[in-house]
Amino acid sequence: MTEPLLRIENLDVTFRGGFGNRPKVRAVTSLSLEVAPGETLAIVGESGSGKSVSALSILRLIPDPGQIENGRILFEGQDLLALDDAGIRSVRGNRIAMIFQEPMSSLNPVLTIGRQVAEPLRLHRGLSRREALEQAVEHLESVAIPDAAKRLGDYPHQFSGGMRQRVMIAMALACHPRLLIADEPTTALDVTVQAQILELLKERTREADSALILITHDLGVVARYADRVAVMYGGRIVESGPAAALYADPRHPYTQGLLRSVPRLEGECGGRLDSIEGQPPDLAALPAGCAFAPRCPYTHDRCLAAPPSLEAAAGSRAWACYGYEGESAP
Amino acid sequence: MSSAANRVLLRVEDLKVHFPVTEGVLMRRRTGSVKAVDGVSFDLRRGETFGLVGESGCGKSTTALAILRMLEPTAGRIVFDGEDISEASQRRLRPLRRRMQMVFQDPFGSLNPRMRVREIVGEPLKVHRVAGSRRRFRERVAELLDLVGLLPSMANRYPHQFSGGQRQRIGIARALALEPDLLICDEAVSALDVSIQAQVLNLLMDLQAKLGLTYLFIAHDLSVVRHISDRVGVMYLGRIVEIATRDELFERPRHPYTEALLASVPTPDPVVEAARAHHLIAGEVPSVRNPPSGCRFHPRCSKALDHCNRVEPLLEAVGPARVACHLYPDSSPPAAGAGQAGDLAV
Repeated sequence: MTEPLLRIENLDVTFRGGFGNRPKVRAVTSLSLEVAPGETLAIVGESGSGKSVSALSILRLIPDPGQIENGRILFEGQDLLALDDAGIRSVRGNRIAMIFQEPMSSLNPVLTIGRQVAEPLRLHRGLSRREALEQAVEHLESVAIPDAAKRLGDYPHQFSGGMRQRVMIAMALACHPRLLIADEPTTALDVTVQAQILELLKERTREADSALILITHDLGVVARYADRVAVMYGGRIVESGPAAALYADPRHPYTQGLLRSVPRLEGECGGRLDSIEGQPPDLAALPAGCAFAPRCPYTHDRCLAAPPSLEAAAGSRAWACYGYEGESAP
Repeated sequence: MSSAANRVLLRVEDLKVHFPVTEGVLMRRRTGSVKAVDGVSFDLRRGETFGLVGESGCGKSTTALAILRMLEPTAGRIVFDGEDISEASQRRLRPLRRRMQMVFQDPFGSLNPRMRVREIVGEPLKVHRVAGSRRRFRERVAELLDLVGLLPSMANRYPHQFSGGQRQRIGIARALALEPDLLICDEAVSALDVSIQAQVLNLLMDLQAKLGLTYLFIAHDLSVVRHISDRVGVMYLGRIVEIATRDELFERPRHPYTEALLASVPTPDPVVEAARAHHLIAGEVPSVRNPPSGCRFHPRCSKALDHCNRVEPLLEAVGPARVACHLYPDSSPPAAGAGQAGDLAV
């Protein structure tokens, strides 16, 4: 097996509990994952599952009350958590870039598009203003912005939502990052535009041989674009594996429930959906055992005592479950 | 009244909602109009679920608001249970409003954070003065909470003490308080996580079976619409481009936009996805303020013909569906007069 591009080991991220003695919010617990060069890993989960916090912690962008308590994040062998501020800044937007959900708020409204796309090139490549702008035109053309040269002087509000997200992609890929993190990149967009943006993202990362971490709640998007999947619940990865195998034979009861509860465009329909009863856990008051136990149809005593760890299995799959239906622990 | 007409609970005929565009501060003058809804017709039969899908700006929510007369229609007729309400006075609308209720998208914004659940769910009873005694009021609120799967003991809590899915249940309980015939769900499950969304969809289907409700279900998520709807209308830039039964529309989409829309939705199965052709639709939805001439979809349509940019296609019967597209020239226009009711209803 090739050396992974990114390896996260036992990451714990917590948010301080505000006034008084509010309990800490455990956003991410014991997260370990690897990303190989050039592959697309999807992190799926519902709101509050910890998927965005995991992504933000890679670039050390966790907002204030949050802190990384534990763990290592190795990128090309270098621990990102050990870098000083200048060190991490030289990684951001250069070797690792990020695209966010909201293309309106992640672009600066008072700076021209040209200046924003040129910024990483000036900062990390030391290009002059003119050189950077010339390259910016090429990058904007590569994401199919019509009349790119003429639009350098335009401001974000003059672009549509889809076009803004294209600008974000151009900006993120400007320095040919080895890893691109896209956090719900198309959630704010219409479905026809979503398809365009995701195809573009896939195509451009393939051309640049960049790895992609795609964070999403959309199981369809995962099925179409991901090589591997990590499913998060209650701040932990509960199952991971190659996309085809995981969808064909989900092993964790949460993954099973999730795949059963999505309405589909093909096949039978009209009956009741198999919903997962109950509510997702409160991250400030996680149960002692498995966070999914209160909603799981197979819960037994052991599940309530301590959370199961993510155990590797054949076919580069892994799941965190003590087993069910009479099976022993995997 | 014929039995066929009686089955129709709501008829929308050539509905138009235009908003004026003005310029100038001291001397405001009208310089144009946004035709948010521009000639929409459909029927809603009693007990069915009619899904209305489309991308942002297609006019689906504006249609809903105009039906409830929360927006004034510019033209067209809205007939609810045999009564034309498009020009009815507010006074005459009041009793009818009890029979048409709405569930909103945002489970956070649509509940007053300073009111207890009992006050929220019971407010329609008070507004319409059907609350009865204090005891009867409390009983009714408890019944409603029970109906939507919440505990009656939760009536004293505030909205912030509930999760998104529970809040949406509160919104549904409020909408059901006056025992409406028609429930308009505007993106009612869009803000919810998948596992919670499934719970609320199941609840809506159970309630429909139990109470005989008619749903106008507005959503952008095609899989959700397919799951819950009996018939579906697809909107694009203020017009309906295709209406058909659920199976017809999803298995044999006829309008190129419907086809493109379906092709754009990734399906949660890597095997299916790998085998599927990915016809991408070019461009984005143009501005409603300045819609394309002829067929509004023509600039993005891969099958556009010469005259598509000049002649606007009308919604006409094509097989069992109704489609507004020049690709189906042989379709016969609907018979005038007596046959209209059946035609409108597909």
